[in-house]
Amino acid sequence: MLNYFIRRLLYMVPILLGVMFITFALFNIFATPHEMALQNLGPKASQQAVDNWLHNRGYVDEQGRPYPLFINLEKDKAWYDSLFMRSMKRFATFDLGTSFATGEPVAQMIKRGAIPSLCITFPAFVVGLFMAIGASLLLVFVKDSPLDRWGTVLCVAGMSIPITVYVIFGQWITANVFNYFPAFGFNLEGFSTLRFIALPVTIMILSGLGGDVRMYRAIFLEEVRSDYIRTAQAKGASHARVLLVHMFKNGAIAVITLVVAALPFLIMGTLVVESFFGIPGLGNLMTTAIAQKDFGVIQADVWLGSLLYLFGLLLTDLCYAAADPRIRLQ
Amino acid sequence: MPVWLNNLLLLAGCGVLVALVRGFLFTERSHRALNRLRRDRVGLLCAAMVVLFLLAGLADCVLVNPRQSVLDYAFRNVPREEGYSAPLARTTYSERGAKPLRGWHLMGTDLLGKDVLLQTLKGCRTALIIGGLTSAIYLPLGTLLGILGGYFRGWVDDAVQYLFSTMASIPGILLLVAVMMTLGKGLDRMAIALSLTAWIGLCRLVRGETFRQAAKPYVDAARALGQSQSKIILRHILPNVMHLVIINAILGFSGLVLTETILSYLGVGAPVGTASWGTMIDTARMELSREPAVWWPLASASITLFMLVLSLNLLGDSLRRAFDPKAA
Repeated sequence: MLNYFIRRLLYMVPILLGVMFITFALFNIFATPHEMALQNLGPKASQQAVDNWLHNRGYVDEQGRPYPLFINLEKDKAWYDSLFMRSMKRFATFDLGTSFATGEPVAQMIKRGAIPSLCITFPAFVVGLFMAIGASLLLVFVKDSPLDRWGTVLCVAGMSIPITVYVIFGQWITANVFNYFPAFGFNLEGFSTLRFIALPVTIMILSGLGGDVRMYRAIFLEEVRSDYIRTAQAKGASHARVLLVHMFKNGAIAVITLVVAALPFLIMGTLVVESFFGIPGLGNLMTTAIAQKDFGVIQADVWLGSLLYLFGLLLTDLCYAAADPRIRLQ
Repeated sequence: MPVWLNNLLLLAGCGVLVALVRGFLFTERSHRALNRLRRDRVGLLCAAMVVLFLLAGLADCVLVNPRQSVLDYAFRNVPREEGYSAPLARTTYSERGAKPLRGWHLMGTDLLGKDVLLQTLKGCRTALIIGGLTSAIYLPLGTLLGILGGYFRGWVDDAVQYLFSTMASIPGILLLVAVMMTLGKGLDRMAIALSLTAWIGLCRLVRGETFRQAAKPYVDAARALGQSQSKIILRHILPNVMHLVIINAILGFSGLVLTETILSYLGVGAPVGTASWGTMIDTARMELSREPAVWWPLASASITLFMLVLSLNLLGDSLRRAFDPKAA
């Protein structure tokens, strides 16, 4: 098992390097430091201000000469004294840098936003998961009936509504029709938090339900077609028992891997919902960063998101290997 | 660009597209699938809806004179008003000093007094441009890489796998936002950004299917008969994975339209002045909080968008079922 774990970990190194390169290219080559400075300071910024900005963020040295991108060819400098190597070093030491807008360390901003984000995403994820599994089991149970057919169409319909419409409509209905407030804001004081998160969580569950139900239904249907189901039916197990005991156990492996892969992402929050409801989470942080053209935060967010993705992948592999010994031998 | 050149290019583009799809659908399998689709009423209805949307989008691309498209021309008798007016109303929408309207508006008018129905229909063009440009980039890219990886295996496959696992490691929406911010606003830039995330899923699918197809006897037979690698790929593998590409293109289109609304909300979407559903929905945030609420631009844009996305999704499902009756 340890052997397998180390192998998976090593497999990720080249991918991490690739992600580092893409992030670096995005924020150094596609958008040059000079352009970012102008976007940040405004198009009419003086040369002096731009130079200062570049110097403070380590894009130019003391003499005002820009650092080379990849390899430093100057005589008295080390070859690795370049922008890429420096950003690699920062990424590898989990130094997320500072915000271009406020100068605050991004790590601190993320630490502050993680809890509010989790307050929204975690309940939405857990409740949504159970609802989706329940509904998809029901659809599989009544396979090929009108209920199944129309249920699937309903799921597709749910997937076809953009998240912004869900949020605008949900907020409007609760505020104007049910007279339920607050429709905006957040605090972290026991039960009053519930009032703030109820609506965003409901909207997140509703907006995600269609896609989830359809996905789980497909997973379970795949299992229903296997031989062991036919065997169980032939031996006289009831329809419900075949589905809930035989099929569900096997189908659950696929579901669990999906769940494990999604878990680390919960911390990233949600872009649209958070900013709509004024929840000071990581999604909101990102939305604000986009509005302020805060490339420092965006860069850190992209890197963090990729790390979490790979972490989820690693967890999935481990769960899979734990559940199924055949995997480790490959 | 002169009017005739614009229209000629459009015509040529449509012709090439139809020829491509028809050319690739000549396998026996797709004949059977299309026959099955013919009996699928929901699928046909959705296909008709999609065609309607395409026609609306095209109507705004074809020009009658340098300043007017066919769509503008059709709406030439609909006058511009002075501000908001509700659907079918006779006066502008304000508590005091409501003025009589100059014309008749099925879906009302927006802040600038433009006809909402026209704006919504113009949104079809934006969606079509985004979807079309993105598909034109990512479909060939994803298919080519997927086939190369699945057919040649070895180091080619390793390289392809490395490429898509690396790109997949960056969460899609974050990558989109980052690329849009570094490239700047614009429909063409948006298409590039969207393609960067869209090709991954297609490449995975095509690679897997190519693996399966390459192991089949007909490929061995072609090789034994001395066909060149490129011919085997183009004449034998490609037609057999083409249905995946078409289904992916249809489902992908609906995904692109939905993503555009998120990008517009985040402020990195369609440039100012482009009529897009995303921007209409985004503006609706402010309009709904007015008293009394202005709801028709939101309703018009989101219902139209919903119809298109729903039709695309259901059509994609129908096609998948038609091509693979056992799996769906």
